[in-house]
Order: sequence, then structure tokens, then C-alpha cells
Amino acid sequence: MLSRTADNLYWLARYVERAEYLARILETTQRLTALPLAYVGESNEWESAVQTAGCASAFFANFPEATEENVTDYLAFSTANPSSIRSCFEAARTNARAVRTALTIEMWDAINSTWLELKRYGNGPTSREELSRFLRWVQECSLRFDGSAYRTMLRNDAYWFTRLGVYQERADNTARILDVKYHLLLPAQEHVGGPLDYFQWAAILRSVSALTAYHWVYRDSLKPWLIADLLILKEEMPRSLASCYENIVSNLDRIAGAYGRQGPAQRLARGVRTRLQNSKMDELFQSGLHEFIQEFIADNNRIGTTITQQYLA
Amino acid sequence: MAVAFDEMTGIDGAVRPAYRELAAWLGEIRPDVLDYRRREAELLFRRIGITFAVYGEADSQERLIPFDVIPRIIAGEEWRLLQRGLEQRVKAINAYIRDIYGKRECLRAGIIPEDLVFQNPVFRPEMNGQKVPHNIYVHIAGIDVVRVDAETFYVLEDNARTPSGVSYMLENREIMLRLFPELFARHRVAPVDNYPDELLATLSSVAPDSSPTEPTVVLLTPGVYNSAYYEHSFLADKLGVELVEGRDLFVKGEVVYMRTTQGPKRVDVIYRRLDDDFLDPLAFRPDSALGVPGLMSAYQAGNVTLANAVGTGVADDKAVYSYMPDIIKFFLGEEPLLRNVPTWRCREEQHLAYVLDNIENLVVKEVHGSGGYGMLIGPTSDKSTIAAFKAKVKSAPTNFIAQPTLALSTCPTCVDSGVAPRHVDLRPFVLTGRDKIRIVPGGLTRVALKQGSLVVNSSQGGGTKDTWILDG
Repeated sequence: MLSRTADNLYWLARYVERAEYLARILETTQRLTALPLAYVGESNEWESAVQTAGCASAFFANFPEATEENVTDYLAFSTANPSSIRSCFEAARTNARAVRTALTIEMWDAINSTWLELKRYGNGPTSREELSRFLRWVQECSLRFDGSAYRTMLRNDAYWFTRLGVYQERADNTARILDVKYHLLLPAQEHVGGPLDYFQWAAILRSVSALTAYHWVYRDSLKPWLIADLLILKEEMPRSLASCYENIVSNLDRIAGAYGRQGPAQRLARGVRTRLQNSKMDELFQSGLHEFIQEFIADNNRIGTTITQQYLA
Repeated sequence: MAVAFDEMTGIDGAVRPAYRELAAWLGEIRPDVLDYRRREAELLFRRIGITFAVYGEADSQERLIPFDVIPRIIAGEEWRLLQRGLEQRVKAINAYIRDIYGKRECLRAGIIPEDLVFQNPVFRPEMNGQKVPHNIYVHIAGIDVVRVDAETFYVLEDNARTPSGVSYMLENREIMLRLFPELFARHRVAPVDNYPDELLATLSSVAPDSSPTEPTVVLLTPGVYNSAYYEHSFLADKLGVELVEGRDLFVKGEVVYMRTTQGPKRVDVIYRRLDDDFLDPLAFRPDSALGVPGLMSAYQAGNVTLANAVGTGVADDKAVYSYMPDIIKFFLGEEPLLRNVPTWRCREEQHLAYVLDNIENLVVKEVHGSGGYGMLIGPTSDKSTIAAFKAKVKSAPTNFIAQPTLALSTCPTCVDSGVAPRHVDLRPFVLTGRDKIRIVPGGLTRVALKQGSLVVNSSQGGGTKDTWILDG
């Protein structure tokens, strides 16, 4: 297939996934800041939301401080922010339009109606209730798109490139949450979790829709090291780094199989997966959780660049 | 202006044989049923439109072109006549372009004035002495035809560059088949849905000799912002070929490649829907970001076929049009089967004088205009408009031609008040391959929806109809 087509499919999937992630961050932050101060402390959760979204430097170039109003607008509706939910959906549709014939009718319909509906929200909701509805809607759009792709696409390279986009974006998102919140997960701070920590931990899990999953996997109250274990090493957790890399490797392998040729992207991705498979949580804590996550983010970026060079350019 | 010939009821009101069933059906069908189907057709179009194109974009110029559900019918023997005339015309066009960029015999013989060719902005000196694969220049032609009575078809315009509209021919038929199966059952309508196959066969047949037995064909589009992008993606999909933009292609060692996920892949035939000017920034407009640097060098080396060839504009210019009958006689030694509309060339003194004296009875067109813009329809224009246009013609007579206002035929058409006659034209598509000329029985019928209007262009309130060629 055309490299440009593959590139458009890959980014289409990435942008939709990113929009959903941003909606989750905003939803979680909204929830945290609604709690009385006694439960969450003095930390500025809106600032933390900007960091988790990965756009802190651009944000603070425009605003002196992070408030509910400016963060919500910047992450959801701003046209100046190339990674706002609105910009993500715009970019997703532009990519979709360029490869119209490579999409199924259902996928096109999902992305096109999302884009049409987005106009209805104008410059953003006027109330908290409306914002909540908007954030739910964003997540539903992503589910519909992902579901359409899963149910209607031929299983060929076009499908595999969209999957690569989804999992690379997802791995990056989960890693960013861990990067910003890692200090909350360190066992050194192990104390009988006060309410403050409890809500912070729950918020982390919520932002990757893993709160219920946690209870099913561990059948235990929230423990920071178990949360880290769930989000990093548990393959059965669909947003964990391990699960994302399991999927990245298998989709890259399918592409290599179909094309009859392995390349650097396959080798690098297998390396990351192997490291995740061979890691134990206590070792990670000992050798430095933060360093591990930062290294992971760098590796994930490098693999993205390699995929681009190998297939998409 | 004479009374228009109606394709269903002729001049005298008696239903013509090809329309017998349709007339009976129009008499039987209840107005509310017809209206319901009409709305259903609109819905179907929106759905297909929404699935393919960009409708709903507030800032977009794109919109649905109105579709009329009453088919336009052409009898088998009428079509055969038309077909022979179209073949003849396109053969002559190809011979003429080859001559212009080759021996120039028609210029020496004085068939056409030299300045009309050499001073024409669409003339491409880069093509002088250049061989093109299999000597075919115009692989896809759209010839606009009108009729004025039961016997006479006129060619109104030749489109030898990148004619569009064929997707409407195919989609109109799809929608009609879905909505009016009972009407099809009462007719034997020649199918058009093999057009993509015929087009692919044509394009594959003209691959350069050096290319492999299964040549790689691509469709080159200017991109998503082009108004015909929908047609480009529709056709690429039906042809099963890659829809490429300039940046997907590159030239190395005078060979064209496309960038694929499996590395560079050689391209042999480019069905390009991009104008000459934008094809190659190294050869034509240097500011074009839509083209492929070096494409002309690969073309000149004979390693790729461009369909249509570069420089075919010298054949479809409105000023050149008036010489077509002579061109046909000169190159084929035959009398033209399809007539030209009598044309006064304002560049010639006597013609100009006639045009200025009779302008209120004439249609005056700008030589390089298209889409129904830059023209004056004398009989329906007021005095001040006519005076202003007269001044324009006087100041640059070479830019204008004039024709009598033809009484274009009409067809029954759904309008707000019921069914009424409206003026139509027809654009059949002529495919020229190495092996043969292919014409799918049908074409795009455009209809002027405004009462009395002769302008069928979609940009000016025109609609389309399905065109039925009856078998036998």
C-alpha cells in the first residue's frame, strides 16, 4: 500500500486514541478537584492534568497558572493547541478524508459524524454538566471508531497500521500518567493510605479505566505498588505497557510476515517487550521507577520514528 | 428562437417510440409516489455523498448536484449514429494533436491559423517532436453533444484534457436501479457499469513498451481540496488502483516510482486528473507543490504514459473548435458525422462585424472560459448587459466566438409544479486505447432546471439525469 495511506491510517488511529485519553484526564481531574481539600491536599490538579497531557511547556508559555477554566479549554477546545480534543478530531478527519477508500463505510461514518457533531459544541460547554456530557461523548466516539475498525476492516496491512497507531499512542499515554504520578506509587511512601492518597490512586486508575479491573485482578484494597504492577507489567490489562507492547510486536510481526521482511522496528519493539516480560516490580522500584518510565517513553518514541522511516515515509 | 424539440413528444406532441413506455409510466404513477421516490433519491445521494465526500462542511463549496429521477432515453439507432460520430471525432483529435507536435502538415495546408496554435497558452513547446506511447494523446475524452431535432446532433464542446463527470453517470444509474426497478423491467437499457473495466483496459493497453505485462496504473489527484476529489477517489476505488498525490511519486533514473510500505514500486501509467501546469515543477509552474519533480523527464524518456498526454489543450480550445470539421476532413478524408454548431470567430473581421450587429440573437463565449461563465446569451440579456459585453468583445475580439442560440432539445423533468420539459445536453465518454476505441452506451445528461434556461452547468443551477440507451 501507499506509504502515505499507511501514515494517514496510523495517525488517524493515534489521534482518536489521544482524544479519548484527554477526555479521561479531564474527567478524572474534574472529579478530584470536586473533593474537599482535606481529601486531596493543596496540589494543583489542573497543573498536573496539563503535565499528564504532555503539553506543559506550550501551556505555560500562554498562561501564568493552571486553572480549571484555562486547562479545560486548552485540552478540549483550543485550536491553538495541536493536541486538544478538537484538534485531534480535526486531524483525525483530515487523515480519514485523505484515505477515504482505505476506510470502511462504518469507520468513515464514525469519524465524519464525530467531526460534524463537534461543531455543535461551538467554543465549548457553558456548564460543568455539559462538559461532563461532552467528555463522555468523546469517549463514546472513540469506542465507536475503534469498534468499527475492529468489526469491519479487512485483516491486512491497513488494519495492522491502524492498530500500531492505537497501541503506540496508548503506551505513550499510560507512561505519561505514570511519569507525572510516579511519586505517589513509590513504596517508600508506604503508609496506611490516608484518604488523600486513596483518591489520588483511584484517579490514576480511573484515567486509564482500570479501577474495576484492579479489584478483579488483585482482590485487594488500593496499594500503590500493585497499581504500578497493573499499569506496567500486567498483560491482561489492556492499557498496561506490557499489553500495548504485546500488541505492537504482534502487529509488526504480521506486517513483516506479509511483506516477507523483518526490520529495525520489529527488533526494537521485541527488545522493549522482552524487558517488560522479564521485569519484576520490586526490581523496578529498586533500580528506579522514574528512570524506567522515562526510558520507556524514549523507547516508544524511537520505535515510532523507526516505524515511520521503515514504512510510512 | 425556434420551438424546442422535445425528446419525448417531438414537435407535434406525438410520443416518440423510444419514450412510449416512459410516457405511459408517467401517466400511471401517482404524483405523491413520484415525489416520495424523488426525496428518497436525494437521501440516497446524501448517504453516498456522506460516505465518500465532504458534504456538511460549512465552508465548503461542495454540495449535491440536483438529480432528476426521470431518465433521458436515447434509441439504439440514434446512439449508433452518435457513437460513430464520436469515434470519428476523437480519432481526428488524436491525429491533429500528433500533427501539431510533429510534422505540422495541417498548419502548412492552412487548415488552422498558426497563431491560434502557437500563441495559445495551452500549447506545450515541451511536446514538440516528442513521441508518446502508441501515438495516443487523448485517452479519455468527454464530448458535449446537444440535439435540436429528431435527426441532428451537434457537438457543443470537446473536452480533451481532464474531463470529469463520469462518476455521476455511474451513480445515477445505481440510484435509478434501486428506486425504479419496475421501470427498468419495461425497457431494455444498455448497462454502463462496465465503464471502470473499460477504462482500466484502456489505460493498461497504453503502457509503455518497456513496462511489464501487468503494468501498474495509478490515478493522480491534486488532493482532497480539489472539487472533483470525490470522483477521483470513487474511480480509483472502482478501478482498484492507487489514488496517489504528487508527493507519493518520485522519479529516479527517468523512471517513476510510488512510495509504498514495501519500498519503491514502479509506475507505468498515470491517469492524471491534474492540469498540465501542475504536473512537474521542474518543467512547468515551479511553485506547484501538487506535481512530481522530474515527471516530464521520465515521460520524455518514454518510461511512463500520461493519460491524457501533455498539451492536449490545443484540441479543445473554443477557438480551435470551429475548425474541427476541417480537421476531420483533412486527417481522415471523411465528412464529419456530427455537426459543429455554426461559429463566428470574432478574430476575423467580417465575423466580428456580424457578431456585433446581431449580438442580441447570439451566444457569445470567451475562448478560454468554462463552466458557463464569461458568456452572454443574447436573447435573454437586457440592453445594458449586452452593451457592456459588446465593449468587451470589441476590446479583445480574439478572445471571443459567437454561436446562434440553439433550441436545445428538452426532456420531461420533475419540477415543483409536476413534470415539465427542460433543456438537456449529453456528455458521453470516449476511451481510446492501443487496441480500440471504447464507448460505454450512455453518458452524463445535464439538465437546466430553471424554466427556459439553456445553461446546464452545475455551477449555474444545472442538474443531472440518468441516460438510457435502449438496446436494439
